[in-house]
Amino acid sequence: MAAASGLMRRPLEQVSGLLRRRFHRTAPAALQVTVREAINQGMDEELERDEKVFLLGEEVAQYDGAYKVSRGLWKKYGDKRIIDTPISEMGFAGIAVGAAMAGLRPICEFMTFNFSMQAIDQVINSAAKTYYMSGGLQPVPIVFRGPNGASAGVAAQHSQCFAAWYGHCPGLKVVSPWNSEDAKGLIKSAIRDNNPVVVLENELMYGVPFEFPSEAQSKDFLIPIGKAKIERQGTHITVVAHSRPVGHCLEAATVLSKEGIECEVINMRTIRPMDIETIEASVMKTNHLITVEGGWPQFGVGAEVCARIMEGPAFNFLDAPAVRVTGADVPMPYAKILEDNSIPQVKDIIFAIKKTLNI
Amino acid sequence: MMQTVRRMELKADQLYKQKIIRGFCHLCDGQEACCVGLEAGINPTDHLITAYRAHGFTFTRGLSVREILAELTGRRGGCAKGKGGSMHMYAKNFYGGNGIVGAQVPLGAGIALACKYNGKDEVCLTLYGDGAANQGQIFEAYNMAALWKLPCIFICENNRYGMGTSVERAAASTDYYKRGDFIPGLRVDGMDILCVREATRFAAAHCRSGKGPILMELQTYRYHGHSMSDPGVSYRTREEIQEVRSKSDPIMLLKDRMVNSNLASVEELKEIDVEVRKEIEDAAQFATADPEPPLEELGYHIYSSDPPFEVRGANQWIKFKSIS
Repeated sequence: MAAASGLMRRPLEQVSGLLRRRFHRTAPAALQVTVREAINQGMDEELERDEKVFLLGEEVAQYDGAYKVSRGLWKKYGDKRIIDTPISEMGFAGIAVGAAMAGLRPICEFMTFNFSMQAIDQVINSAAKTYYMSGGLQPVPIVFRGPNGASAGVAAQHSQCFAAWYGHCPGLKVVSPWNSEDAKGLIKSAIRDNNPVVVLENELMYGVPFEFPSEAQSKDFLIPIGKAKIERQGTHITVVAHSRPVGHCLEAATVLSKEGIECEVINMRTIRPMDIETIEASVMKTNHLITVEGGWPQFGVGAEVCARIMEGPAFNFLDAPAVRVTGADVPMPYAKILEDNSIPQVKDIIFAIKKTLNI
Repeated sequence: MMQTVRRMELKADQLYKQKIIRGFCHLCDGQEACCVGLEAGINPTDHLITAYRAHGFTFTRGLSVREILAELTGRRGGCAKGKGGSMHMYAKNFYGGNGIVGAQVPLGAGIALACKYNGKDEVCLTLYGDGAANQGQIFEAYNMAALWKLPCIFICENNRYGMGTSVERAAASTDYYKRGDFIPGLRVDGMDILCVREATRFAAAHCRSGKGPILMELQTYRYHGHSMSDPGVSYRTREEIQEVRSKSDPIMLLKDRMVNSNLASVEELKEIDVEVRKEIEDAAQFATADPEPPLEELGYHIYSSDPPFEVRGANQWIKFKSIS
């Protein structure tokens, strides 16, 4: 059912899902789970497992979540554990951090990370820095989650990507799931982590179904924070991305494969602490690197990857400068043609790959 | 206890002027009745959070003068191992020491939420100053605390000046005990320790009975300027400071009361003074002699409960080990 509706609304993603299936021949029970369902499952399992876990945010309870990610949780767990808040980001983020300091394990949802800017002081100064400032006395086991980055037609104030902003700060962990397996494994790891973790989801990915491997169906399925995944092996060029652009990179790889170019696509999964070793090993094999992200180019995730590659052993293996593919350096416009050209498209990725390979 | 806090703050003043303490140093001499009186009205199992004028509370919540002064001087024997300094001291059920004005108030409401969640009849004292009282996030916290009936005692320590701005110049309404609107509020003489204690007991009982949050305004006064870099006389008169010192000093008021009611003799009180001076001297010695934290620990305590990893230093070749 989910697959059919996905096919009608999002043909490209469904195509990539079909193509991905070729690499997962072994799954006996071909279970399709959307990213939304995966996050829901992950939270449900952790709420069940540990009484100290609770969810708060706007519309998370009776509305079932602004994007229905927390559907059914309030019915199951009630007012004590699923808390609807007034529209007071700075206030409720602070309340969540205080609750974490006092020993609970809150999941603080921002309806979108754009609104987290109102509360960013609580995330950085009250959550991220506290364990360090206290000399190791006061941990803050909190999860901040919500959709990040561009959506569709929501314009400039609702489309910013915060990966670089949060990724900048020591004391935070920042993860960015792409598919359902990422979403479930990472949210569970984030909830079990004793540190503040920012989980950057993606609204456009919520409804996309992916095949769920059997290990992901276990209640103890965790994806380690700080480890990237090679989604597709290749030999000619390393393509590094996080979140929705990972799918676009895989599509680009499929197109290029027909021309004899084999891309190695790396799904970062974690922004901070960044798994640069996986990227380095790949670059040392392929000798070429491009990074792809939805956020703005300046001081972004790609910029950090490139800087670190230059500082490490992989630099000497590069046959061409590393290249970044990013969102356009503008506040997100509204008109479709403008919006489409403000985010990295498959054609932009292909162009960058060919340029890097001098083809 | 008040005498200890007083002497400790005066010692910090001295050490700061000798440049043994650096950075920010916000002293609370004059406000001793607040921290000591509040502690007397609650249990050690209750919780407390305040802003940056926190040395007094750090002491009343259980840390030693040694650990506090050593943290101010940035030594390894400091309560935060020298990582935090004046504004970031933590203890059991004491959540600092917070540098961002007003941010501690939602945190306090969150701690109160945890108290209610755990069902243990504990309360959280959430302090802020007259300057912070105008922060929007405090009103957000009032709203949620009242909505969810959190056992949170909001306490405005009104020392009449937010840095250099007097209350009349900062607030359209200086009735800070009323600013909670739908939250009942008390105005308390913050220079009278017994008054503070009784008001706190009342407020704590209110919260413990499940009635929800309550607000207390403690009217108090600080002798020092806002911080050590503020002489404290450009926005108020020396006469005003003198008047408070001679008529409303919290230690003097309690001393007089005790002597007049024959609860203690002048000699007994002098003995306490002598002991306190000794304690402070010892602590100051320690805080001055203790070595700074080892450089190897620069990267420690980034993450809790994690395996060791490496933290980058000023350039890519400088690496610090980070352990939890």
